Amino acid sequence: MDTKKGTNHHTKTITFRVQRFDPNRDAEPRLQEYTFPVSQGMTVLDCLIYIKEKLDGSLSFRASCRMGICGSCAMFVNGFPILTCHTQTFELNADVIEIRSLPNYPIIKDLIPDLTMLFEKHKSIKPYIIRTDIKEIESPTREYHQSPQELEDYLQFSYCLKCGICLSACPTVATDRAFIGPQALGQAFRYNNDTRDGGTAERLDAIDHPHGVWRCHMAGACADACPKGVDPAMAAQLLKRQAAAAVFGRGKKAKPAGVAPEPKNVSRRPNIPDAPPRTVE
Amino acid sequence: MQANKHLDNRLGLRGWIRAGRYRFERYLYILHRISGLSLLAYLLMHIYVTGARIYGADAWNTTMGSVTGPVFTMLEFLVMAAFVFHGLNGIRLVLIELGIGIGRPMRQEYPYVNSNDKQRTMMWILMVLVVIILVISALDFFVL
Ligand code: SF4
Ligand code: FES
Repeated sequence: MDTKKGTNHHTKTITFRVQRFDPNRDAEPRLQEYTFPVSQGMTVLDCLIYIKEKLDGSLSFRASCRMGICGSCAMFVNGFPILTCHTQTFELNADVIEIRSLPNYPIIKDLIPDLTMLFEKHKSIKPYIIRTDIKEIESPTREYHQSPQELEDYLQFSYCLKCGICLSACPTVATDRAFIGPQALGQAFRYNNDTRDGGTAERLDAIDHPHGVWRCHMAGACADACPKGVDPAMAAQLLKRQAAAAVFGRGKKAKPAGVAPEPKNVSRRPNIPDAPPRTVE
Repeated sequence: MQANKHLDNRLGLRGWIRAGRYRFERYLYILHRISGLSLLAYLLMHIYVTGARIYGADAWNTTMGSVTGPVFTMLEFLVMAAFVFHGLNGIRLVLIELGIGIGRPMRQEYPYVNSNDKQRTMMWILMVLVVIILVISALDFFVL
């Protein structure tokens, strides 16, 4: 590592071996090398942006927020799936960094994986609150009741970015194309554990099949790789417990929480303006 | 576009067998499957070999005679190893699948502590147990 004179700004020359693949021309992906001085503070994504701006405009990758919240920039870096915008280049402690697209997903181009499989699996577990009181949902009168503790029971799982990292870490997804995968299992648990929801039975149907939750054997890789601490591995184990309990007719959830009771002895403050009129009916 | 269709980039068996930079539990996942399959294969062979008994005592003795020697002792030790590992690791998996030893959902804070971290003590205790039992049985197989 050499220090530029007059600054306390470290730079280090790093070689990036970046996967290139053009579906119209190439039969197989290949690795292209780029070497340049990286300065301290650059994330792996910053390095890719540097390559695209200064060295090779033909490189394709996907990124948007650059702050670990959109889930677009997940890639397989030195043998581990990470969010590239969320990883300092120096943190990798390597002079050669190999960047590939996420494994287990088809490659669209260069570093861009096709995440359709992830979204299909996510959709299949009905990732939304299911209730029968349609009238209240269509024109709500108040919010549904939920205590802070009840919120904490599922909050962790609602941080999922749909970045797809967990599916590329999972050894079961590697061999079983139909396996529902950690991300969907995490979300199934998130909605099952939400007190406002009444769809547990439907969701258990969607995950309790030969390619469902029982294919998980707790390799723990999804939990270790997840950049948001969502812990899909824990969700999968707790879902197994729910599914097993349901077979014995136990562990049924109480009825979905109703609307919060109207607060007593309070009145609206005079200076709050009325909500604007509805624009759709 | 055609090439893209075929290039599904799934790791397949390669991703299953090679845990790379992932943590120890992912190696246990592989070992658990391999030991399970080996035990199943052993069971079938075992039934077949001991089936010689129905052809009388002589057949039994010749069959038993053909499966002795250092190679078979070694293979038997491997069966023992598979059995001990699969059994003890299996206890861990059953407990985990019942939701025991992995903690409960809570708001995550840096640095994240996930379910895999929480079950590590149990995992190490069981793996030390596996090693101890295997050392004792190795003494019993090869030394005593
Ligand atoms: S569970 Fe984690 S790793 Fe999986 S898609 Fe969601 S944020 Fe990404
Ligand atoms: S660019 Fe949005 S998560 Fe990395």
